Amino acid sequence: MNAYGRQLLTALRFLLCTTLILGLAYPALVFGLGQLIAPAQANGSLVSVDGKAAGSSLLAQPVTGEEFFYPRPSAVQWDAAGSSPSNLGPNQPSLIEAMTTNKAEVATRENVVPGSIPIDALTASGSGLDPDISLANARMQLPRVAKATGLGEATVNELIRENTNNAVLGFLGQPSVNTTTLNAALLQARTNP
Amino acid sequence: MELHAFALTTQLVILIVTLGALHQPMGKYLAATFSSHKHLAVERGLYKLSGVEPRADQHWKVYLRSLVAFSLVSIVALIAFQLLQGVLPFNQGLGSVDPWVAMNTAISFVTNTNWQTYAPETTLGFGVQMLGLAVQNFLSAAVGLAVVVALIRGLVRSQTSNLGNFWVDLTRGALRVLLPISIIGAVVLIITGVVQNWGGTDIHTLVTGAQQTVPGGPVASQEVIKLLGTNGGGYFNANSAHPFENPNALSNLFEVFLILLIPFSLPAMYGRMVGDKRQGYTLLTVMSAFWLISTALMGWALAAFAGTGTSVGEGLEQRFGANGTALFATATTLTSTGAVNAAHDSLPPLAGGLAMVNMMLGEVAPGGVGSGLYGLLVLSVVAVFIGGLMVGRTPEMLGKKVGAGQMKLVAVYILVTPTLVLLGTAITVSIPALAAAAPAQGPHGFSEVLYAFTSAANNNGSAFGGITSSGPALATMLALAMFFGRFLPIALVLALAGSFAKQRKIPNTAGTLATHGPLFAVLLGGIVLILTALTYFPALALGPAAEGLLK
Repeated sequence: MNAYGRQLLTALRFLLCTTLILGLAYPALVFGLGQLIAPAQANGSLVSVDGKAAGSSLLAQPVTGEEFFYPRPSAVQWDAAGSSPSNLGPNQPSLIEAMTTNKAEVATRENVVPGSIPIDALTASGSGLDPDISLANARMQLPRVAKATGLGEATVNELIRENTNNAVLGFLGQPSVNTTTLNAALLQARTNP
Repeated sequence: MELHAFALTTQLVILIVTLGALHQPMGKYLAATFSSHKHLAVERGLYKLSGVEPRADQHWKVYLRSLVAFSLVSIVALIAFQLLQGVLPFNQGLGSVDPWVAMNTAISFVTNTNWQTYAPETTLGFGVQMLGLAVQNFLSAAVGLAVVVALIRGLVRSQTSNLGNFWVDLTRGALRVLLPISIIGAVVLIITGVVQNWGGTDIHTLVTGAQQTVPGGPVASQEVIKLLGTNGGGYFNANSAHPFENPNALSNLFEVFLILLIPFSLPAMYGRMVGDKRQGYTLLTVMSAFWLISTALMGWALAAFAGTGTSVGEGLEQRFGANGTALFATATTLTSTGAVNAAHDSLPPLAGGLAMVNMMLGEVAPGGVGSGLYGLLVLSVVAVFIGGLMVGRTPEMLGKKVGAGQMKLVAVYILVTPTLVLLGTAITVSIPALAAAAPAQGPHGFSEVLYAFTSAANNNGSAFGGITSSGPALATMLALAMFFGRFLPIALVLALAGSFAKQRKIPNTAGTLATHGPLFAVLLGGIVLILTALTYFPALALGPAAEGLLK
């Protein structure tokens, strides 16, 4: 065999050996460490309602009822089997159209002036699965949810406060309200008042 | 969306302090790793099983041939892996990948680009992701390290054409540098919320009553090397915007840190290997200056975006806000990473344009693992040459003459990427059937094409995601841009290293232009800027600049 053929064979054998280390042993080790150190996170940070897994606290859920907080619009309709942004350009007519449609929908749903709607309630997130909304967005939805659930604005407001992730260590990120855990808390509050 | 200058500054300070504390120890470790004559037991076993003679000192041509052989075998193996997915284990019921997509993806991951023309969730199972793509995440980054180490050896050695052993350098980069950091990093990521398991969970009744499958997989182990190796290929389609890849602001900052860790440590390795730490500090200064200025500009461009308070706009994730997005978008495009935590396509024109400029700078600030430093060293040769012309002396780089032979290699190196970018863009936009792949109207459609070729030829991998690149024509053109954008520069760098190694070292004299200190840093920074501006300004004017002005 000439030098080139030998190189290719060496390369193939090298690739197979390193695949065993980097492709098999390494992820298996990380899996083991994950299950040992932080099993809840490694398995998807599941939230439970009445002891049953009811989704991941990190993922948005599709909402249809009046009694829940809506997450941000999603390019994948909150289907976690996929994930995608809209990928629409900032000045593209279809983006402006989508935002106008969302604006009308939200204004009707929340009974607010279209101009007052926070922008995160009108725009699709980067993943399509963003569970978080801004504080302003949560406050906008507060009266509707309080009315539909019959829990009263003070109680719902308290639940919003409990499910707000403030900036980590005071400066990382920004305050955001997790709609998934908030909705789970609402459900809990309604079933066990 | 408000820019909290204080919050952005604080995060930058944290990065500067941690990277500043780590770059010298890391550089020391890297230099020792690539200079050591000892082999670990596992490495000896690996060499034996693959038939490598680790003591062989390779001529630069043999070094290059080994590198090319390894990359070609990797590409073929990865294509075969994807085509046979349906009959191989761990496929999650997913079948054979479309051949054009498989070809594009294989070249993309082997060239450290990680352009993704497929949606991972519906295309690839654990098997291909873990045993194919993630392995290339390690190895393609280790190839970059090997090349820069070979170039430095060329500058240090004299009267030889040998640059070391490719297989040994590749092994050490993967097993001694990338693997240990990845294990620690993966655990940190899991603690913040990144998943690592062997399957999704079907939830029949969600909180809201609907149904959903919570996805799963070996994500953390792939996520960490995706960033550490400046690869960028996401386990999920949404990449680091996906909550399971990047769950909160803390993981976001840690991911930016992972992207920057090795590229910012390489100048320290360089300084030690050439026996003059000042050389390393000067390059580090140039890299840092570009990074800081670019991050500040990106922060400003995003803050000027529509929105009020802490409410975010199209394509952004609420938990990161403007600061976290600006930090990530800058780090990912100034290196060859290309992971994204927001939809770059939806960024305001100025921010999207900045992301392009970052890549067009040649990804040297701090650049990809290995590729950033060898890129900046080649530009240093240009700076030395121009400086030499100004003072009227034969230019020298660390005691090695920069003559006609060297400058030919450098000139070709500088032309490769712009040629691929501009030619690819021009062909695509002038053929209507191809241009249709970018659905946006007007300058934004042009930007989508320009971004795609800039990203491919610079081996970045991020995208203006509106473009559809899975068709045969565009998949092939982008694959060619990635392939030649990776291997032509590498071949030229190794040839340059060989020509430096052959020379005798000339002692420094009073008239030698020093390649350290503020004067050289300014000269080098100026050359990086001027080369980029002269090459790409017309294209940028047609894309993001026109779009920004239209509004």
